[in-house]
Amino acid sequence: MIGASRTRRPQVTRRQPRPEPPPLGDVSVVERSTPSRNNPRASLRLYLQRHVQAMLYSLGRICRQPASSLMTIAVIGIALALPAGMYVALQNVQGISAGWESATQISLFLKKGVDENAAHALATELEKSAEVAKVSYVSPDKALDDFKRMSGFGDALDVLDENPLPAVLVVRPAVEKDGAAGVERLLDRLKQRPEVDIAQLDMEWVKRLFAIIQIGQRGVLVLAVLLALAVLLVVGNTIRLAINSRREEIEIKKLIGATDAFIRRPFLYFGLWFGLFGGLLAWLLVSSSLIALNDPVRKLAVLYDSSYKLAGPGVANGVVLMAISGLLGLLGAWLAVRRHLAEIEPT
Amino acid sequence: MASGIMPCVTTAMAEMVRFDNVGKRYESGVDALSGITFSLDAGEIAFLTGRSGAGKSTLLKLITLIDRATRGQIYIGGKNLTSVKRRQIPYFRRDIGIVFQQPKLLADRTVFDNVALPLIISGSFHHAEIGRRVRASLDKVGLLDKERAFPTQLSGGEQQRVGIARAVVNRPPLLVADEPTGNLDPALSAEIMNLFDQFSRVGTTVLIASHDLTLISRMGRRVLTLQGGALMTSSAALP
Repeated sequence: MIGASRTRRPQVTRRQPRPEPPPLGDVSVVERSTPSRNNPRASLRLYLQRHVQAMLYSLGRICRQPASSLMTIAVIGIALALPAGMYVALQNVQGISAGWESATQISLFLKKGVDENAAHALATELEKSAEVAKVSYVSPDKALDDFKRMSGFGDALDVLDENPLPAVLVVRPAVEKDGAAGVERLLDRLKQRPEVDIAQLDMEWVKRLFAIIQIGQRGVLVLAVLLALAVLLVVGNTIRLAINSRREEIEIKKLIGATDAFIRRPFLYFGLWFGLFGGLLAWLLVSSSLIALNDPVRKLAVLYDSSYKLAGPGVANGVVLMAISGLLGLLGAWLAVRRHLAEIEPT
Repeated sequence: MASGIMPCVTTAMAEMVRFDNVGKRYESGVDALSGITFSLDAGEIAFLTGRSGAGKSTLLKLITLIDRATRGQIYIGGKNLTSVKRRQIPYFRRDIGIVFQQPKLLADRTVFDNVALPLIISGSFHHAEIGRRVRASLDKVGLLDKERAFPTQLSGGEQQRVGIARAVVNRPPLLVADEPTGNLDPALSAEIMNLFDQFSRVGTTVLIASHDLTLISRMGRRVLTLQGGALMTSSAALP
């Protein structure tokens, strides 16, 4: 059609180097110029211009209905603030437990025959291992002194004519990603050493802690998936309503030659904006909640003789949150648009 | 200005619209149109008339691909419409200006934005070019001073003229109008018809569905009369 009509139009085409708006009554409407169709850079610019137009148009639409827009954004923000807040809380728990992990110790009770030099040699050797953070040597004499001091059996122990305590190497494992399992493997290896009589570690609480953190992580994941689904539905429904209220406009646009992509575009940007703003709100909610909690937490930490401070979500996590949220908004809008836009055809 | 264009009209005798034994039967089994054969040359203006239900709107819907013919072939600008796939319809419609009985303007946008819409949709015009063409188009319908107004602030006749400005802003070779004066008083109707007449003088093919026989006869142009879905007269202009 376009090609065909053009080939026969030249006769009626007005050629004029710099066309001015014609005076009243002039009806030279048949002039058809084809600006910048064949210039790739110009088409790219026009393409971007179309996107910027749709983007700003949908932003303007959101701003023009502040109440209902804010409502949608608030729902998205709160829905995302829940998993995001739990994620940050979990990060903080892991921050605390990282301190505990470094306090995890394996006590190597050395055999009687191992003298001090051999014990030091073993300590140096063990310290070279990547799984070991630090090894300290406790001589039998020091152990006995400590025991006397702390147990209150000082006088009774004086009766012993020989120190019954063995030399001890206190091994601090370098806990890495595999956590409890890694510590357990190290323990097994240390048990095999000929110098070692007993290797001891109270693993139970470490295991429990890791298990709890794992449950927490899984819980956050499940919650995040569920609430992401909720965000999809919220955005999808909002877009569906927007499409319905603009039914006539869509029909008109289709009648004057709008492609599906053109009609779809502002709605997709609509969803994207909702997502981005919702993500921003979620980040603000989490950040301000942490600021509110920080003071009481610090007071509690002081009581435990710790300088522990809550870590906020941070800007990087905020950017990630907004990106995820923006994508969810876009996806929700896309689902709604795909379902409902095709139904609208001019009749 | 017009003198530069006038000679062209005489040479632009190519066919713009051709109906070849076209029929439209709805799923209910009713024949809305049957055996329609006629053609319009480029730059020709014709009126499509007949009683309500005679098939005027259906015929226009076939031209604009809102609906498809169930029999026969339709050629617009030499292109067979059966070969236009659904995805190509938007691009096809950009070469047809459509004027409706209701002006079908977007109420939340200014007159300027309404008229600019086809240019924005076609996506091949820069900002400055859009402004230039919109103003030229508004100028033609005599509403240059209303570009910042919203449609609801205009009278019915003015709204219809904005709709016409929107239909021609893209400079389509074919203009179809469905009862464009249906809601207007005789004076305004004549004014609108004169506008269409002017477009046809510069090479645009114009097809107007109307039942305003007085007005049509006064225009002295070709008339296609539909009756019960069949074409009664498709011949020469009234004397």
